[in-house]
Amino acid sequence: MNKNVLDVRDLQVGFMNKEELDIVINNISFSIQPGQTFALLGESGSGKSITALSIMRLLSDTAKVISGEILSSGTNLLHLTEKEMREVRGKKIGMIFQEPMTSLNPVMTIGKQITESILSKHKMNAEDAKEKSLDLLDAVGIRNPRRIINEYPHQLSGGMKQRVMISIALSSNPQLLIADEPTTSLDVTIQAQVLKLLQDLQNKLGMSILFITHDLSVANSVADSVAVMRDGKIIEKNSKNSFFAAPKHPYSKELFLALPDVSKRGEFLGKISNRASTNIFSTYKNIDTNSKLLEVNDLKVYFPINSGFLNRRKNVVKAVDGVSFTLSKGETLAVVGESGCGKTTTGKGILQLETVTSGSVKYDGQELTKSTDSKLRTLRSKLQIVFQDPFASLNPRMTIGKIIEEGITAQEPQVESTEKKERTINLIENVGLHASHYLRYPHEFSGGQRQRIAIARALAVNPRLIICDEPTSSLDVSVQAQILNLLKELQDKLGLSYLFITHNLAVVSYIAHKIAVMYEGKIVEYGDAETILARPQSAYTKKLLAAVPKL
Amino acid sequence: MPVILVTDFLIFLLLILASSYVFYVCKRPLLRAPWADVLKNRVGAISFTVLMFYIFIAVLDSMHFHPRISSSQEKKVVYSNEITSVFDVIASHLRTSTEKTYSAPLSAYQYSKEAAEVSNENSHRDYPRLKYGGRHLTNPNKEIVSDVFSKILKGILIAAVFWIVLLMLITFFYAHKKSSSFYAQIQQIFFSKQNRSLPTILITILVLMIITCVAVQLSFSYHVFGTDKVGQDVFYQALKSIRTGIIIGTVTTLVMLPFAITLGIMAGYFGGRVDDIIQYIYTTLNSVPGVLLIAAAILMLHVYMGNNPEQFTNITERADLRLLFLCMILGITSWTGLCRLLRGESLKLRETEYIVAAKALGVRSFVIIFRHLLPNVMHIVLITIVLDFSGLVLAEAVLSYVNIGVDPTTHSWGNMINSARLEMAREPVVWWSLSASLFFMFVLVLFANLFSDVVRDVFDPRAKKHE
Amino acid sequence: MYAVPILIGINLLTFVLFFVVNSPDEIARLHLGDKYVTEVQINAWKHDRGYDKPLLINTDESGMDVVTETIFFDKSVRLFVFDFGVSDSGRNIGYDIKQRMWPSLAIAIPSLIMGLLINISFALLIAFFRATYIDYWGVIFCVALMSISSLFYIIGGQFLVGKLLQIVPISGYDYGLSSIKFLVLPILISAIYGIGAGTRWYRTLFLEEISKDYVRTARAKGLSEKYILFHHVLRNALIPILTGVVAILPLLFLGSLITESFFSIPGLGSYTIDAIQRQDFAIVRSMVFLGAVLYIIGLILTDISYTFADPRLRLK
Repeated sequence: MNKNVLDVRDLQVGFMNKEELDIVINNISFSIQPGQTFALLGESGSGKSITALSIMRLLSDTAKVISGEILSSGTNLLHLTEKEMREVRGKKIGMIFQEPMTSLNPVMTIGKQITESILSKHKMNAEDAKEKSLDLLDAVGIRNPRRIINEYPHQLSGGMKQRVMISIALSSNPQLLIADEPTTSLDVTIQAQVLKLLQDLQNKLGMSILFITHDLSVANSVADSVAVMRDGKIIEKNSKNSFFAAPKHPYSKELFLALPDVSKRGEFLGKISNRASTNIFSTYKNIDTNSKLLEVNDLKVYFPINSGFLNRRKNVVKAVDGVSFTLSKGETLAVVGESGCGKTTTGKGILQLETVTSGSVKYDGQELTKSTDSKLRTLRSKLQIVFQDPFASLNPRMTIGKIIEEGITAQEPQVESTEKKERTINLIENVGLHASHYLRYPHEFSGGQRQRIAIARALAVNPRLIICDEPTSSLDVSVQAQILNLLKELQDKLGLSYLFITHNLAVVSYIAHKIAVMYEGKIVEYGDAETILARPQSAYTKKLLAAVPKL
Repeated sequence: MPVILVTDFLIFLLLILASSYVFYVCKRPLLRAPWADVLKNRVGAISFTVLMFYIFIAVLDSMHFHPRISSSQEKKVVYSNEITSVFDVIASHLRTSTEKTYSAPLSAYQYSKEAAEVSNENSHRDYPRLKYGGRHLTNPNKEIVSDVFSKILKGILIAAVFWIVLLMLITFFYAHKKSSSFYAQIQQIFFSKQNRSLPTILITILVLMIITCVAVQLSFSYHVFGTDKVGQDVFYQALKSIRTGIIIGTVTTLVMLPFAITLGIMAGYFGGRVDDIIQYIYTTLNSVPGVLLIAAAILMLHVYMGNNPEQFTNITERADLRLLFLCMILGITSWTGLCRLLRGESLKLRETEYIVAAKALGVRSFVIIFRHLLPNVMHIVLITIVLDFSGLVLAEAVLSYVNIGVDPTTHSWGNMINSARLEMAREPVVWWSLSASLFFMFVLVLFANLFSDVVRDVFDPRAKKHE
Repeated sequence: MYAVPILIGINLLTFVLFFVVNSPDEIARLHLGDKYVTEVQINAWKHDRGYDKPLLINTDESGMDVVTETIFFDKSVRLFVFDFGVSDSGRNIGYDIKQRMWPSLAIAIPSLIMGLLINISFALLIAFFRATYIDYWGVIFCVALMSISSLFYIIGGQFLVGKLLQIVPISGYDYGLSSIKFLVLPILISAIYGIGAGTRWYRTLFLEEISKDYVRTARAKGLSEKYILFHHVLRNALIPILTGVVAILPLLFLGSLITESFFSIPGLGSYTIDAIQRQDFAIVRSMVFLGAVLYIIGLILTDISYTFADPRLRLK
């Protein structure tokens, strides 16, 4: 009767926190049928990863399964001994993780890591195991298995490492593959390849996949059924088609509304809009196309590697290799590209936070690369930056008030402390926080709130241009929507220009006026946003846009 | 007339610095929380109390003065040239009760036989009675056990009384502050689940007090740890050595910190040439084996002192200067470790977003270092200070053995071990001097190590990730 | 590479240390003992040992001799070619060093190996039982061991074995095979002394590795904890462990100063200690230089071994 590959019934899991029990999974139930892909959707903290670890019984020692059953083809996994569970792991159920970089043992060859899992489950001699591992690598689309077997993880790219991880998980032909955010840290083009690989393998081997993700479009492209988790509960469960056609739960609907998309240009995210009234040109109304706020010309940033004892330049990394663009007042230029294309270095180079090898950066006509230190310091107030990691961008030992005031103290030292405090509190409120937060410390705030504080810090010195370096990449979709709304509001109110660096094309399609697509340090396409998105010219841009999973 | 030796001055300086740090911490909740965690940990609270106890004795021993010589005739007040300390006054009964030679702990008899003139014909060799130890007993062999027992009980009782008084005072203080009843307060102190730091500290104090009072009681009538070759009370020597140990552990750090912090941070933050120079300096310094450098330096001091005897008149001052010099040398040779750690951490933090943001705001480099870098590397400094303390105390013992440690006239565990070493070869073995010094040193180092472990677990942000 | 400027720096340092603080006159006086020694005697002593030349620059001579006929060149620079010269008491230092290095090694190498094996095993054991009582008390035991002075181990060991059990002699030395009975005690004690700190440090390394992601992957493969510990964790943790060992390898030549002294082993350590106590500057100077050279060799070896051991560094 029980044909289900996995049956989770009324599962409750908690963590022991100094004598108290925090419940993180609160009575969830779902089933996965053979050959089916089940997507578990949720934002951070929803409990989706814990669910996966509970199934594999890989939770840390402080975690406790309070009640419930986890049935794998009829056997309750929670009742097995550790030894029996080890038979299940890797054999009946396999698992792959989010970070392929750290999930492989750095000092063991790839071959050894694969044969290790083969030999632990099957009795074979070494030669046969090696043959089998070559077959596995072939099956996951690795082109040179004989060479890869002898290489170490750090010699492989991110996509290849994830393929290796998949091959290890598949080594014993499991019934169920648990994939915990397997493509989140991969570039969009690689993600497309890995997703396709998983689908192909599933069709060939007939295995089920429990796919954990926070990305609605990814879920759409791989899933048969979908469940949405929030705060440890499953709030909606449906087949993929029904769910994406008409989400029922208000939270699910919020998730859709918060997604940035080209169709939402000109409006704030999260609000149900009247599509027809959107005037395409209204999004450009505040831009002063005559002003050339920022002019970048043939910017080059090269990093020497291993200059050697005799200072011979052995090699250079051409991080930024001849980038040119202009930015007007009130405009948002999105610099898009995959990891390593040089977009972050471009941003830092413009601000002179990295040494520029050659080229010119002109702010309001003044050449930044040749400015003296003191001139540069005064100019800095006009060009600010917001970083990606909200946790590292605030000094944990300073209060919010002091963090924001620091800029004022540096740029306008004559300002009295009472006025400084007033301005700071104003800024805090302008970014959507409360005046009482002035005395709090960063650790008391969430990721989204910290980004707001970072924005307030940038605003404190009255900039004209803010470089946003992947500001929402580590935030949940709903929080991302709030931050994007805030940035939009500030642009409308204060006439700010943004240099928006990101790899997320959905965000770009939503906020950008101009786009510059970067690849290997060069701009391969540059121009008006809507034009490029509708009719991309360069082959790379076309490839990028094609790889993005659609809703 | 008070006398302030150089090392006294440094100890008080450290006390002032430590107190100001305590005030600083109390005002900032960010710093107060981890320290409260240290004390909440049972091991941390116990170690802390034991360390405070040792420090208390060391401080008592650091208040020096010239004692007054009472003169009946003249109205003028005369001071002796000798230098004593407050501790010496408290322990004067130990200091002055010198026997002729060895005696075992709690014994009434001398350890070696002596010819006693009984009558003209036979001089009969027997163990003579001690002048001070056990002199109140008429028949030691029969009475000693019960006497010691009764003294122990008396000591425990006295300790209990003192402790209950202390407990009363503390309970009243808290009851008054929180306006609750006395009884409820006692319950809260001992039985509350959350804050275990106070009851643990109180119980540790009780144990320490019992030990102290028992020892003090016994010390009035016996030599608790026996006497050494020249008849000096071993217990007294061991206690006096506490000050030496504490000074070496702390003053050295005082000397070493400025170097390590400034050079380490500068090397990490500024990089480039500055980094190269500082790396050169500390690699060079590190290459010379530490012991040899210290030996060479002390040797130099020896020669210098030998050739310029006029500059060092007072024995105590001379010994003190040598102690100071030892601390300085130890400090100069040990800053490299911390420097390297700070350089590594500064290098890492230099690229952290909040520091880059500060640069983008136009904040000047030195301000960035003080406001952002320094507070975020302080935990490394703290951990190193506490960690090094025990190492230094142990090092002193070894150095004194090789005669490149403190002056032989200074009381230190190293000197005690040195002179006691040869006693082990005697028949029968004289073990108490060695054991006492090793025991006291062990207790200090053990609790310092345990304390540093707790501090490290609390302050190291990496350790938290394991949770 | 940059070893040369460092060595020059060390030489300068020791030179300053020895000669600038106390002039050769004073050193001579110290050695000759009396307060009533005459000028003539001092000069003769200095001449014998080459201390009668000016410190840095000799203005009496001409040409290259301006620099070479000085104490600095004579004593310190000669060290570069390992010409240690003659000790203040007349013996050839170079010869003595060659002789005495073998006993030092005879103790240092076995105790290192023994210590390594014991520490790694204990640390693995404790790491396997992490967060249990074994872990908690194991750590406290290690801390307690660490807190005991090395002197206690030595003296206690000598007492225990020498006096009570009388298995092996407590001190002295002999050459050839009969040296073994003299070596047993020092090796044992050196190894035991290092257990506390070593086990704690290795335990920390192991625990750090255990919390890493690849261990989680290994568990997901269904491998047992024991297997993971030995095949994954150990292999990764061995990198810092072995490079740490390689770093101190050269210094083993110097021997442990204290151990050799207590056990009357004629190694380089006791050589140095005796020189210090006798205030024989020539020997101390040579040993300082030798120590520095060995340390630098250690640094270079560490770099090299890191490159070999960690495949991430080996292959680009």
